[in-house]
Amino acid sequence: MEGEVVLLDFWPSMFGMRTRIALAEKQIKYEYREEDLRNKSALLLQMNPVHKKIPVLIHNGKPICESLIQVQYIDEVWNDRAPLLPPNPYQRATARFWADFVDKKIYDLGGKLWRTKGEEQEAAKKELIECLKLLEGQLGDNPYFGGKDFGFLDVALVPFYCWFYTYEKFGRFSIEAECPKLIAWAKRCMQKESVAKSLADQEKIYDFVLHLKKALGIE
Amino acid sequence: MENEEVVLLSFWACTFAGKVRVALAEKGIEYKSMEQDMVTKGDLLLKMNPVHKKIPVLIHNGKPICESQIILQYIDEIWPHKSPLLPLDPHQRAVARFWADFIDTKICELGKKIWKTKGEEKEAVKKEFMESLKLLEGELGDKPYFGGENLGYVDVSLLPFSCWFYAQEKVGDFSIETDCPKLIAWTTRCMEKDSVSRSLPDQQKIYRFVLGLRKLFGVEE
Repeated sequence: MEGEVVLLDFWPSMFGMRTRIALAEKQIKYEYREEDLRNKSALLLQMNPVHKKIPVLIHNGKPICESLIQVQYIDEVWNDRAPLLPPNPYQRATARFWADFVDKKIYDLGGKLWRTKGEEQEAAKKELIECLKLLEGQLGDNPYFGGKDFGFLDVALVPFYCWFYTYEKFGRFSIEAECPKLIAWAKRCMQKESVAKSLADQEKIYDFVLHLKKALGIE
Repeated sequence: MENEEVVLLSFWACTFAGKVRVALAEKGIEYKSMEQDMVTKGDLLLKMNPVHKKIPVLIHNGKPICESQIILQYIDEIWPHKSPLLPLDPHQRAVARFWADFIDTKICELGKKIWKTKGEEKEAVKKEFMESLKLLEGELGDKPYFGGENLGYVDVSLLPFSCWFYAQEKVGDFSIETDCPKLIAWTTRCMEKDSVSRSLPDQQKIYRFVLGLRKLFGVEE
């Protein structure tokens, strides 16, 4: 019994993509509502008054904010199918740790690649590669971070894959050259319908960033 | 469970470590606390948390768990029967996690800025800090604890930060109780519990620590 599920989102957001993937994995029907972040809807401001940010998941009228909290909520409510977090507490802690690492590192470092230039950009590139290598190390020889099955950390990280093209263009480097196993993992994930339908097109993301830089007055 | 080895790599003034100490005390878990040198980090810390090199680190039967929110959820899952921290209902769990995240980002960052900044910047920070505390007070409502009748996840997450209130009020020249009387009543209520008062540092000691930090960072009015 699903009830009413609404997702307030913005198409290029990697955070929104996580929630889209989790809902798709669990085959939940929901209403997707695109937000204009320059003109936030009354519903968004009502449902997330603290941060006023997307994504917001609204289940039977009650809001859940923050993407990783949403993914855990989805996993707990629809616990009869496609489990995302493993049952073992230590493995759960490990998955949460690396998802938190993605949140702390990848978004900001990736952002620096298109927002900055020169030494600052180079330093961000170097650190981003180190972080991606650490994540690649966690994969080991498994097909997914969740082991045999797609799981919580896969959901947390794979949305960044559609942003890699943008990072590579601005940073003038190849993530595949540095982290071949990670790219192989991402391509494997893209074979899943839940992922392919939830991620944005990488060229559209690049165009979006070009327009955003102009709008923000960043050379 | 027999032969459980629980070790906590900690630092007395650290709010994040304080959360873990309160949680372990609430659950009656015996553990060995190892005070860490935050300047010259020891081999065990670097081995157990090579990614961030930070405390707290909980080491359970030799396996490390890092990041305070992740540690709290781990403790709650391993020892679920005594003093459960997260509620059973998924929406209430999501709400608890949301506020814990708010505390870790807003309260922590703004709280630090109060003693690190001066003049107009400090005034702006104080204003935002009080607004954030008011939001939390609103979440508490008329309940004795954020967790309802008992201490819960949000209580444990916020309590260590409340040890810094006295220092922040002195340095910032304001009164938290004036604007958030219910929140201060909540801290007093919580400190009556042994599990809390024995796990957290004295506010005066934190104040002296903050004065030392201000000297170190060269922050003077």
